[in-house]
Amino acid sequence: MSTQGEGNPALVDVDGVEKVFHRGSEEIHVLKDLHLKVPSGEFLALMGPSGSGKSTLLNLIGGLDRPTRGTLSIAGERVDQLSDRKLAGWRARHIGFVFQLYNLLPVLTAERNVELPLLLTHLSKAERREHVATALEVVGLSHRAHHYPRQLSGGEQQRVGIARGIVTDPTLLLCDEPTGDLDRKAGDEILELLQALNREHGKAIIMVTHDPHASAKASRTVYLNKGQLTSQPQD
Amino acid sequence: MKFLHLIWGNLRRKKTRTILTLLSIVVAFVLFGFLSAIKQALTGGVVMEGANRLIVRHKVSIIQMLPESYKMRMERIPGVAAATHQTWFGGIYQDPKNFFMQNPVVPEEFMDMHPEMLLSPAQRQAWLTTRTGAIVGRSTATRFNWKVGDKVPIRSTIWAQKSGSFIWEFDIVGIYDGKEKNTDTTPLFFRYDYFDEARRGGTGSVGWYTIRVKDPEQAPVIAKLVDAEFENSSAETKTEPEGAFVQAWAQQVGDIALITASILSAVFFTILLVTGNTISQSVRERTGELGMLKAIGFTNVQVLGLVLAESCLLAVLGGVAGLVVAWVMTSRGDPTGGLLPLFYMPYRDLAVGVAFSVALGLVTGFFPALQAMRLQVADALRKI
Repeated sequence: MSTQGEGNPALVDVDGVEKVFHRGSEEIHVLKDLHLKVPSGEFLALMGPSGSGKSTLLNLIGGLDRPTRGTLSIAGERVDQLSDRKLAGWRARHIGFVFQLYNLLPVLTAERNVELPLLLTHLSKAERREHVATALEVVGLSHRAHHYPRQLSGGEQQRVGIARGIVTDPTLLLCDEPTGDLDRKAGDEILELLQALNREHGKAIIMVTHDPHASAKASRTVYLNKGQLTSQPQD
Repeated sequence: MKFLHLIWGNLRRKKTRTILTLLSIVVAFVLFGFLSAIKQALTGGVVMEGANRLIVRHKVSIIQMLPESYKMRMERIPGVAAATHQTWFGGIYQDPKNFFMQNPVVPEEFMDMHPEMLLSPAQRQAWLTTRTGAIVGRSTATRFNWKVGDKVPIRSTIWAQKSGSFIWEFDIVGIYDGKEKNTDTTPLFFRYDYFDEARRGGTGSVGWYTIRVKDPEQAPVIAKLVDAEFENSSAETKTEPEGAFVQAWAQQVGDIALITASILSAVFFTILLVTGNTISQSVRERTGELGMLKAIGFTNVQVLGLVLAESCLLAVLGGVAGLVVAWVMTSRGDPTGGLLPLFYMPYRDLAVGVAFSVALGLVTGFFPALQAMRLQVADALRKI
């Protein structure tokens, strides 16, 4: 089955993608003949039970892994054909990642954590600072710029993670269970922030989540079950 | 440079572990500095000696004497420019631990043979006109606070005067300096004519000869000619370059280079393991963070570079700190009070030390860096 967003042309085009892992002689088909189109500006929630292949699909879209079969295009570029080195550069330019456990470096301040993706660009120090300040302002954490992760709450750490994800102004923001480690209140704040990024800044977002409350904030939800996509949850 | 705060931050992550590793490296390089200074003290003379000088000694042993009359015969050998002699006096000043060399020499010949010893013309003249006059090197003069005009009693362990006394009194008429830093300025030299006339036995015999050759490239040939000249005599000779002679002298202590190399190898091997373990552990602990860096766009090579830079920074910080400490400590001079007059750390060894520290960083960081480079992003992110 194929799931396709309507209206805008596809930003993400997953066409006939399969992913097979090998455990000894055993083949595990995690994703099977998957088709998915995500238009620009969409906020897509990807749901499914544990082991259904949600994170694997997110990794493929984010260029962290390669499909066994099928093609994967982002903004018209075949990312499944890029070399490791080119893929790293492509990720730096086009993808923003938001992780469940924030993945902040504990030895750097919030500001320095947000700056990390910019170290790979040719921006000057002053330009980097300007970008970081803007990103922190967008997530409402300008006043915590000089704090270390251990001095921030879980919600604040995730905001820093989001600021790091958007600081390069990426084409696509990929969020892997962004509220999975937060309480409901902090989780809601993060979801509202993602909504705002989508609505006010036009960011395309793909969010993996277990939580129906979180998926309700997205403009569309697709379900992954036993390696296949559906538009309705399966029992 | 824009990654420096990231590298530095990683080193600060486990402060205690980093400080302990750093201290191990510092100690290793302090030891390196000290051993360099000791090696310099024991073998420094070998490299400083003139290439145009040969030492002629008794074939059996340095303690066997040679006739003074050999000088004329040596100077007649083709290629020999000049010859002069010295004799081991074996004196003690006040206390046996106050060791330094004292030798009777023929002043004019000696100063002509050793231009690396700098003596003012007035003091040179005073030495020529004072029968009991002696010149002493700057370091010994400073050590015992001797000044020109002082009378210095020295008890010989070998030579008695005709009166039966082993105490010899010398007038300090000059203090010489070294032309180069590694010129030994500890010996005292006094006049052979005074010594020869006053000694109870051994008159007309000398310890060894120094000869200067006209062409250094002909030195091996001339050495053979000298030995041939005295072959089958009652005092056969062995002639060798001055450097080899000093080296043989130093090797009475042992093969200094081998001893220092062995100690340093053991120390650096240990440090290699300690630092390597620290970096490995540090990389293993942040697999997830390295995965995140790769996810946001760091290439494999950049991640490799970050880990290598981290291990190099640690090794260079420790290495340079250790070398500075060693430099400061060895700059105070001979810690034995005279046994190691050339005790200092040469600039060459400082540079070698810095190069060692970089190499240590590269070697210890290589495998952890390779491991970090090969991390698969998706796998690494699962290990948070």
